Amino acid sequence: MKAKIHVTLKQGILDPQGKAIEHALDSLGFKNAGNVRVGKYMEVDVNETDKAKADAAVKAMCEKLLANTIVEEYRYELQ
Amino acid sequence: MKIGVVVFPGSNCDHDCQHVFKDVLGQYVEMIWHKETLLAGMDAIVLPGGFSYGDYLRTGAIARFSPVMGAVKEFAKKGGMVLGICNGFQILLEAGLLPGVMLRNKSLHFICKDLSVKVENAATAFTGACQSGQVLKIPIAHADGNYYTDPVTLAAMQANAQIVLRYCTPEGKVTPEVNPNGSLDNIAGIINAEGNVLGMMPHPERCAEAVLGNDEGKLIFLSMLEALKGNKKELKMVGA
Repeated sequence: MKAKIHVTLKQGILDPQGKAIEHALDSLGFKNAGNVRVGKYMEVDVNETDKAKADAAVKAMCEKLLANTIVEEYRYELQ
Repeated sequence: MKIGVVVFPGSNCDHDCQHVFKDVLGQYVEMIWHKETLLAGMDAIVLPGGFSYGDYLRTGAIARFSPVMGAVKEFAKKGGMVLGICNGFQILLEAGLLPGVMLRNKSLHFICKDLSVKVENAATAFTGACQSGQVLKIPIAHADGNYYTDPVTLAAMQANAQIVLRYCTPEGKVTPEVNPNGSLDNIAGIINAEGNVLGMMPHPERCAEAVLGNDEGKLIFLSMLEALKGNKKELKMVGA
């Protein structure tokens, strides 16, 4: 199965990259853009056919390495 | 004393640390490759600055799983003295040996310059040779030094005098204007509750001998040696 994983800073944590992009969008005239958050996107092939097993494995990967849960949150989908 | 300097792929301040301990302070230094799993006979361990594993994913996030880090954790648990400088500090945070996390500098810039830091707690094994409130001029060189932790942990660290170094004016005033990176409470360096693990973003190894024009960083290393010898003014380990 393939896991598609998104890791972003939690709401409330200052995201300097997001702010910089927000300002750039604003100065380009995109006045309707706001609250830009920058994150990471990862794809991982998980060698499991059982969805529950794959789900447990990806969750463990996120908790242990892929996200620092003090300041980051993660979500993923399995296909 | 036997000082172990850990070398990760991408460490680049390891030889500076070796130079200070060996050539400036006359100690025995062993370079410890990150694949090692034993730290036999070491009196203190240094996690040096650099870009371990290219800072991929997050600074320190991959280095913390290096084989040597199991031994470093064990060493620290037994009360062994561990100093993490810059990337070493980031690794200590990811490894859970110190609380909190580093975010990208508020300005998004990589900042490399001399700064003033105030010794807020001179009763630690890493600052015993300093005066309380002393201002040290030490360079920083990082893009991710914006220290963050939750309010409960921050309050506990403040109450426990675990915030050892803070960014300040040359006169010693801790103000938001001199905070280079957005770090919470102007934090430049913290110690664990047990008092044997210190992480600091400034690079004392880059200013530890007069020939470089500044030897104020030497106080950090001298403090460690004095604490190890146990012949200094009474060491009050934080939380002990």
